[in-house]
Amino acid sequence: MYLYDQHDRQIAAERVEQFRDQTRRALAGELAEDEFLPLRLQNGLYVQRLAPMLRIAVPYGMLRSDQLRRLARICRDYDKGYAHFTTRQNVQLNWPALEDVPDILAELAEVEMHANQTSGNCIRNTTTDQFSGVQDDEIADPRPYCEIIRQWSTFHPEFAFLPRKFKVAVNASEHSDRAAIQVHDIGLQLVRSENGELGFRVHVGGGLGRTPMVGPVIRDYLPEKDLLTYLEAVLRVYNRYGRRDNKFKARIKILVKALTPEGFAEKVEAEWAHIKDSPTQLTGEAIEKFQTYFTEPAYQQVPDVADILATQRFENRPFDQWIAQNVDTHKKPGYAIVTLTMKKTGTPPGDVSDRQLEQIADLADDYSFGEARVTHQQNAVLADVRKDRLYDLWQAISPMGFGTANLNKLTDVICCPGGDYCSLANAKSIPVAEAIQRKFEDLDYLYDIGDLDLNISGCMNACGHHHVGNIGVLGVDKKGQEFYQISLGGSSHHDAAIGKILGPSFARDAMPDVIKSIVDVYIDNRTQEEAFLDTYRRIGIDPFKERVYA
Amino acid sequence: MPEVIAKDGSMTNDEWVVVQRPADGESLDLPDKPALIPADLWLAGKDHFQGDKSIGVWFDSHQEPEILEGLVNEVDVIAVNFPKFADGRGYSIARLLRERLGYKNELRAIGDVLLDQLQFMKRCGFDRFVLRSDKNAEEAARCLNFFSQGYQAATDTDIPLFRRRAS
Repeated sequence: MYLYDQHDRQIAAERVEQFRDQTRRALAGELAEDEFLPLRLQNGLYVQRLAPMLRIAVPYGMLRSDQLRRLARICRDYDKGYAHFTTRQNVQLNWPALEDVPDILAELAEVEMHANQTSGNCIRNTTTDQFSGVQDDEIADPRPYCEIIRQWSTFHPEFAFLPRKFKVAVNASEHSDRAAIQVHDIGLQLVRSENGELGFRVHVGGGLGRTPMVGPVIRDYLPEKDLLTYLEAVLRVYNRYGRRDNKFKARIKILVKALTPEGFAEKVEAEWAHIKDSPTQLTGEAIEKFQTYFTEPAYQQVPDVADILATQRFENRPFDQWIAQNVDTHKKPGYAIVTLTMKKTGTPPGDVSDRQLEQIADLADDYSFGEARVTHQQNAVLADVRKDRLYDLWQAISPMGFGTANLNKLTDVICCPGGDYCSLANAKSIPVAEAIQRKFEDLDYLYDIGDLDLNISGCMNACGHHHVGNIGVLGVDKKGQEFYQISLGGSSHHDAAIGKILGPSFARDAMPDVIKSIVDVYIDNRTQEEAFLDTYRRIGIDPFKERVYA
Repeated sequence: MPEVIAKDGSMTNDEWVVVQRPADGESLDLPDKPALIPADLWLAGKDHFQGDKSIGVWFDSHQEPEILEGLVNEVDVIAVNFPKFADGRGYSIARLLRERLGYKNELRAIGDVLLDQLQFMKRCGFDRFVLRSDKNAEEAARCLNFFSQGYQAATDTDIPLFRRRAS
């Protein structure tokens, strides 16, 4: 469980009153539109194509059942009965009225939620692996460090008006990177030193958008107690020297590139030398205190059900497929991590109705100590499910549409809201996702293809993270017509890479067949153990080009 | 006469005038009243200006406060200009003046200074604010005090919340 204390509650309540006051002054004309803009953005409020959009923070993706139920009620009372899970572990409302937003924030604060810094040119919410604290291969639980960063960055007086937005992600697993840290402004990988002490490898200057880049390492090892002073040094260098003359060149990656990673690191080290030993340096006691904010549930001794599970899997193929695809290993014997897939064909990726939010809340209460998590792949997770209850759970979720056994498969599409909702989009993304999902409905075929990240963005802002999809799709506008450009070979994991553009773009109708041709080239060329990305890296882009543009 | 807001939201008036940077080849045109001149020009004319209590300096947002290292307390007033309120460099300049260079005297925010930014400015070490003239100074006290505490250390407190919690 993620715990708030009285200080957090007080600051959240004060923030609601501040935003109420700001909204009142904006509606009364005392704040000009351009003056209100950064204030509302730093509170997650966009003004979009059809209505305002409110982005609510879900720190570390963790939601208690009472928070899920409150979100459901807010969707019903203030919106059209559904919300959207984003690619950065946030929840968005698509249709709130501007004047209702202070009341929505007050309702959120009652359940210890907020929309702080979910947008705007400030330090955004810190994200991490959705399996944090329960997976079996993490170096340490990353969430206490994320919370240390959240508290430090919340209303930081020096960094409220940065050149551009700033995103931090933390990863703790040695073998996987579900937080995509190398495509963040700062990516922190938890590591242990030779003496066994905890620290971070620091990447700075990764990012997607117009100039996609994999973040270079600027420090191999940062002791954990130096986390905040070092971040403060990075941010101060960026705040002072990041470009402010051109919005498209204002991200920290441009500064890192201009100075070179070595030159940037030198500047940071010089700044850090001054503040390293300031009271912002963490203490062992403080880190321990932050660890107590993430309590372990009361795990029980679960009887060994290996034999029963094996029989259930043998007798029931869909259950077997679901276990194989959607259930992960837990650090505690007798428990499993279950991903509830939200990508049933025909459902816009990430969209979730008020009823579904309540269903997830009920499932969390019945199966997972009252807590669920949202993932940056736009699915939900029950992190602590007893293995002897997996079959019950599977039966419960199948009619709800959460049991599609396609996790990390091609139809588990990551997708932004696109031109259906977003005023920035050049093209629709959701109908493309759906058409592709229909093409790959046969599960045996889907499993034969294996793990494959398909990411779709409706514009260059890359909310669907198309650059890091093994197959990436970008919506582009050509003389008022929607077209789709494909890139291949991207990855957001430890082997992070930016995809390479295949060639000229395609009309929407052609997309399912184009994706099919790309997959065919992989199947024709792969060796037995190769995933899509391995084959692509071995044979290069040309065989794909030849087939697709034949 | 500029209306100046203090840290507690109270209002005062004073005579300090901001002298703009002269065009190339022109010399500084100093008024009869106390004047804030560009910091680099003060440094260039240090022998002349040092000890003159009616002369203070101002920094623009792209300038580096480090140029006055060892000299900051030679003036009674330093101002930092916010050319646009969304230009956040002035916050770093203020903290560096206070925390790195040890500046003890008055630090004033000038330029595109609006109400909702005052809380951040105060935490970064500003103690006087010249609000943009179309803004209502009566609201300043409220806008300075929405929050009873902050999470992080800054110029106003060097004790972050995690240390206060621990004690």
